[in-house]
Amino acid sequence: MSELQLKDLYDGFRDPDVIKALAKTITDETKNLKETLNIMEVCGGHTHTIMKYGLKQLLPHNIDFIHGPGCPVCIMPKERIDHAIALAQMEDTILLTLGDMIRVPGSKSSLAVERANGCDIRALYSPLDAIKIALENPDKKVVFFAIGFETTTPMTAALLEQVEKQGITNLYFHINHVLVPPAVDAIMADGQAKINAFIGPAHVSVISGAKIYQPLPEKYGAPVVVSGFEPIDVLQSILMIVRQKNEERCEMEIQYSRSVTLEGNIKAQEMIAKFMEPRKHFRWRGIGDIPDSALELREEYAAYDAEKIFADILPTEPIDDHKLCICGTILKGLAKPNNCQVFGTACTPNNPMGSCMVSAEGACNAYYRYGEI
Amino acid sequence: MTSPKQIQLSHGGGGEETNSLIHDLFYHYFSNDTLLAAEDAAVLEVKKKIAFTTDSFTVSPIFFNGGNIGKLAIAGTVNDLAMMGAKPLYLSASFMIEEGFSFDDLKTIVKAMAEELKHSGAKIVCGDTKVVPKGAVDKLFINTSGIGEIEKEGISANHLQEGDIIIVSGDVGRHGAAILMEREGLGISGDLKSDCATLWPAVQALIDANVSISAMRDATRGGLSAVLNEWAEQSAVCLEIKESNIPVDQAVQGICELFGFEAFDFANEGTFILSVPEKDAQMALAALHTVEVTKKATMIGQVSRKKEGRVILHSAYGSSRYLDLPKGELLPRIC
Repeated sequence: MSELQLKDLYDGFRDPDVIKALAKTITDETKNLKETLNIMEVCGGHTHTIMKYGLKQLLPHNIDFIHGPGCPVCIMPKERIDHAIALAQMEDTILLTLGDMIRVPGSKSSLAVERANGCDIRALYSPLDAIKIALENPDKKVVFFAIGFETTTPMTAALLEQVEKQGITNLYFHINHVLVPPAVDAIMADGQAKINAFIGPAHVSVISGAKIYQPLPEKYGAPVVVSGFEPIDVLQSILMIVRQKNEERCEMEIQYSRSVTLEGNIKAQEMIAKFMEPRKHFRWRGIGDIPDSALELREEYAAYDAEKIFADILPTEPIDDHKLCICGTILKGLAKPNNCQVFGTACTPNNPMGSCMVSAEGACNAYYRYGEI
Repeated sequence: MTSPKQIQLSHGGGGEETNSLIHDLFYHYFSNDTLLAAEDAAVLEVKKKIAFTTDSFTVSPIFFNGGNIGKLAIAGTVNDLAMMGAKPLYLSASFMIEEGFSFDDLKTIVKAMAEELKHSGAKIVCGDTKVVPKGAVDKLFINTSGIGEIEKEGISANHLQEGDIIIVSGDVGRHGAAILMEREGLGISGDLKSDCATLWPAVQALIDANVSISAMRDATRGGLSAVLNEWAEQSAVCLEIKESNIPVDQAVQGICELFGFEAFDFANEGTFILSVPEKDAQMALAALHTVEVTKKATMIGQVSRKKEGRVILHSAYGSSRYLDLPKGELLPRIC
């Protein structure tokens, strides 16, 4: 079997000639569109691709992008960050998390500030590294602050499986895994966003299967194309949406067929279901409470559940964003980052007021970094 | 002297053990008349205007593919001088060593420093050793300061002119990617080597070829993005860069794809950026191509007035975007 080369990860999906040809075809085929295409890219990864590669500049004016709620860092409410901080401040504790979570402001502080104050807070590259840290620090409580959509949930489940198998007793989980379909439903049910097509996140569908998007076209009259993250993937997905519109079809289609199936990864789904179940309520930053939109540990794994074990020290009051911050409106698809009066002035990546400015996948961050020239 | 296995607090005590460490290790490898004179301060003679710089080196892990902290401490300081058009002459070297540090490792590091000095001809003429209790430093910190004679004046981040050509001396991001791979134990195999190297021979080749140089800077922390943004701001110009012209090693690009990083933000320790008047650009490339570490030097863009203080990256398919300064820590993407 030939070994996977690092080059295979990206080569071929950024060919300038293919990109130019796709952009031209889209431009030609949108000439007959009856209405502007307001495409919501649900996932922050797609926002990043569109901005980083300047794809909007290549497309006609009757295609617009609306940035969705799909960034696990952006949607984390302040009280959950406060949980992470409270856990990190416990004596003899190591708090583990992923990526930009370290920098997101809670109500008074952030994990980055608390780390500078002396708390042992570490960013992981892979959740499974938590095992090594727990084994190396038997006299400490190790808390994994788990975040992410359907994409990263199996890794947390795999970690739990190992913890159980190896009999590790000092590793606890604070679960913040959220789900894409309820969030999209919440935004569409609100009725204010003028969205008439979706780009669906492929990474999520690799796990959950494209079936999770199947209800959307019928429910909201908007086509969904499940798309990869390379520039060519995104452009091809846009073309597929344009063609559906021109042919007056409204379906769920898979562009990212190299990895996505209708059913998804059944084994991963089973593993998640073994350890986790839907949470009755989860408050999304800026959007509010969305029922069944997140997961929590099942009762039989309560011994690993940091939310239960350390319940006494965890704050319970919901905390809203600063009133000048419009992250919530942006996450609902009702505004763009540059509509916000503090964008780029009081709120910058170095000093973010809202979560959309923190994460590399946040819409505000992408607008700030890559801007519009 | 029989070499001890570990550095002990007594090696920094100023007595016999300190004396043997200095004589048997540092004097042995850094030997030169000024150093061996062992006075309180080195007495130096210089004939021209001098450049003076200092830098402290802490890196984890201290040994990495392509170098170690010692090689870095010499190349880093020598390169800071070279980037000002100064021929590196004299260096100081101070070691802050954690009690218990392996003597053999220290020897390997000191040898690497002596080896790296040969590339510029600079000498270590004074130094200091401190041993601190376990936990007070992370294994070993090295500070090096350096003096060099200015061979070419007027090189400055404030001197970029409209029309200047921007050249990069090699592929970008290798040091940062190599350190990341080793530090985080990412479990990815591949021969990803730091670019850690002394740049004086390349600068000397440019000076010998009489190339006019507006600005020159080694792209260390913050990488290519940081240098270009600093220049754009300091000279109040726009740097328009062709993305497809920036050389990036395949393995570095692969790491970036996996974790959502930008190779342009990764540190380099032997790659520099150069801004030269358009008429001298070919000459500069020809000079750089005669030196091993810069033989892949290439033009990546030009200075304009389009948007003062900003760096614009043009893609191969007709779109463009700003290249911003890297922000915060390098943390992997989560989605």
